[in-house]
Amino acid sequence: MKTLSFDGQRPCILQTASSVGKKEGEGNLTPFYDNIFQDAYLGEKSWEKAESKLLKTNLKTLLEKANESPENIDIVFGGDLLNQCISSNYGLLDFHIPFLGLYGACSTFVEGMILAAMAVHGNYAQKAIALTSSHFCSSERQFRFPLEYGGQRTPTSQWTVTGSGAALIAKGGEIEITHATIGRIIDYGISDINNMGAAMAPAAIETIRRHFQDRNLPNDYFDLVVTGDLGSVGKQITQQQLKNYGLDLEDRYIDCGDKIFDKEKQDAHAGGSGCGCCASVFSGWLYYLLRTGKCRRILLTATGALMSPTSSFQGESIPGIAHCISIERKTDNQ
Amino acid sequence: MRMNPADYKAYADSFSPPSKLWRNMLFAFVIGGGICVLGELLLTLFSTLGFEKDECATLNCISLIFLSALLTAFHLYDNIAKHAGAGTLVPITGFANAVVAPAIEFRPEGMVLGVGAKIFSIAGPVITYGIIASILAGLCYYLGGLL
Repeated sequence: MKTLSFDGQRPCILQTASSVGKKEGEGNLTPFYDNIFQDAYLGEKSWEKAESKLLKTNLKTLLEKANESPENIDIVFGGDLLNQCISSNYGLLDFHIPFLGLYGACSTFVEGMILAAMAVHGNYAQKAIALTSSHFCSSERQFRFPLEYGGQRTPTSQWTVTGSGAALIAKGGEIEITHATIGRIIDYGISDINNMGAAMAPAAIETIRRHFQDRNLPNDYFDLVVTGDLGSVGKQITQQQLKNYGLDLEDRYIDCGDKIFDKEKQDAHAGGSGCGCCASVFSGWLYYLLRTGKCRRILLTATGALMSPTSSFQGESIPGIAHCISIERKTDNQ
Repeated sequence: MRMNPADYKAYADSFSPPSKLWRNMLFAFVIGGGICVLGELLLTLFSTLGFEKDECATLNCISLIFLSALLTAFHLYDNIAKHAGAGTLVPITGFANAVVAPAIEFRPEGMVLGVGAKIFSIAGPVITYGIIASILAGLCYYLGGLL
């Protein structure tokens, strides 16, 4: 499939909401979050319930900001990292909005945005929401070790972001989704779950290249090309390889995982990761840049590492995937 | 990209910062050594209190395990271990931490399927292979005695 083009009346991002935990709130993007939760449990009794509440509160915030009631929303495309996507399932329970659950690991937010844009563009939905979350503590216990276990993290390991991002997509706004490229599963044989940036980078490189090629775009078309959670290692690989292909993005390329934490002060090693990383950074800071006109065009590429604890224990390598969408201010692309 | 897995791994490694080996080894030595010094002090304490040598060793183990469990419960052990690495992993305190941490973590799943089933999820392999090794050692000792 070639890059999708949403011609005619395009799907737009009408509103976003971003909620994060304490550590993320103390990072580089503090002013851009709607909610910063100081209590990692969010007043709940388990980490899973805490993550559900995070997602639920974020969706509530989005509806309030957009002045919408749940009955007016046609569909939610959402997901998270937990088995059977329980954060989304329980988090959405009270809203009674038709729901399609997704799993694309950390690529889920853009996966949801693409599907929401397709549903809106095809007139199957008037208002659709893309929504994801992740929580450091629920991810640690599912993918790694109990929180209190005394282990040492490697310098390439990443820190799962406690955060949720949500975007309301409908026709008739200023900030349009113009194109989308759906990623392919790509595996270059990396099996170290403490180096997921390196595992996902080839997928990001392939998808970004394909997007530029399919649309025949000049290197400086976007103000920002953004990847989801490659961290400092995956970011360097992506930048270098794209440059080798003649796609030199210079300082127009950033990575949400690399950006979200303060590398000097916060103990996050190679940077942030998780469904909530790209989602909260886009829904907070990047959407602010688009809304205020500080950025006119952004290529948002969410990257996912498609392993499970079982496949990791069995020694399998980590397949990566990356989906991207081109988001542009309407006044600039007419 | 035209790279085979081995080439890509080498390429990716060139961007990956290495672990700070010397720093890690120094911290492991100092903190791990510190735990051993504490053990020696406890042994001396118990023997001045008039306990027999065997009793001193048992009391020493119990004290270190208790301290490790307490620090784990107060969310402190993992913060020390972050810097100490093998220094907190190798002594008996590391084993205690590996048992207590899952017990705390899986409490929401209940006492049977949570704490009961998951308590040895990290320490289990050490126990399994420890028992097998001790059986083999016992066999060798027994066979050696027959000769």
